[in-house]
Amino acid sequence: MKLDQLNHGDVLQEIELPPVTRLDLIKYAGASGDYNPIHTIDEEAKKAGLPGIVAHGMWTMGNLAKLFTPFYEEGYIEKYRVRFVGMVFLGDVIRLQGKLMEHAGDRMVFEVRAVNQKDQAVITGEVVFKRY
Amino acid sequence: MFGDFVGKRSDRVKNIVERGAVKKFAEAIGDPHPIFVDEVYAAKTRFKRNLAPPTFPRVFDYGRIEGFPFPVDGLIHGEQSFYYERPLYVGEQLYCYAEVDDYYEKTGKSGTLGFLVLKNYGEDLAGEKIFNATMVIIITEAVRKELAVK
Repeated sequence: MKLDQLNHGDVLQEIELPPVTRLDLIKYAGASGDYNPIHTIDEEAKKAGLPGIVAHGMWTMGNLAKLFTPFYEEGYIEKYRVRFVGMVFLGDVIRLQGKLMEHAGDRMVFEVRAVNQKDQAVITGEVVFKRY
Repeated sequence: MFGDFVGKRSDRVKNIVERGAVKKFAEAIGDPHPIFVDEVYAAKTRFKRNLAPPTFPRVFDYGRIEGFPFPVDGLIHGEQSFYYERPLYVGEQLYCYAEVDDYYEKTGKSGTLGFLVLKNYGEDLAGEKIFNATMVIIITEAVRKELAVK
């Protein structure tokens, strides 16, 4: 499929991530340099008043962008803006969603979301995909 | 106190979009697409080289803003955005710096929250802006009190 063929209101193929593991977050900490221990160490998360370790918001945001990776030959993400509206805990099953809201000239505007297994949004945002 | 930093920026730091770092990052976000990690594959694309994922700038060193008390524990990442003139290429060099864009407070049911807006910039070696990123960090009263005591 090409992004170009989408019509207003069409959705991208949803991606379901495997349940979040501690190793996922340890890997992201190492790859990103964000070693805030609330993402990897239970006691530190509890000290911070959380029920358990939480994923880096940027881990989820990084994952969400892969909705667009298959289309790199058509264009690129010019703007990517999100709000972190919910926390992601170990074992959560996150689904990544995108919907075309606007297509004007060489720019396609998508509403993007990451939702958990309870269908609660953890990220809401927008991607502007600029076509070549 | 955060308000005093608005407009302050760090000295720019030279960064490289390092191949190994891109691979590790792409794997960590579950997106090890060949456009990011496979040099032979990338040579056949319109770019002729590998790209970095759009959230990769998280990895760069943006330098330190003099006297700025970051990072500290207990911060909440509220919002994040990226803007690109073009994708990032593996192997390219960028000058990166940070700036405190804004600080404001809002009072609600759970007390007064501080909102700190930080901007990150990346320019090529010729000084052309390639990307910028904006981060909104929420600072609770508890964290502000702790910082004031130090």
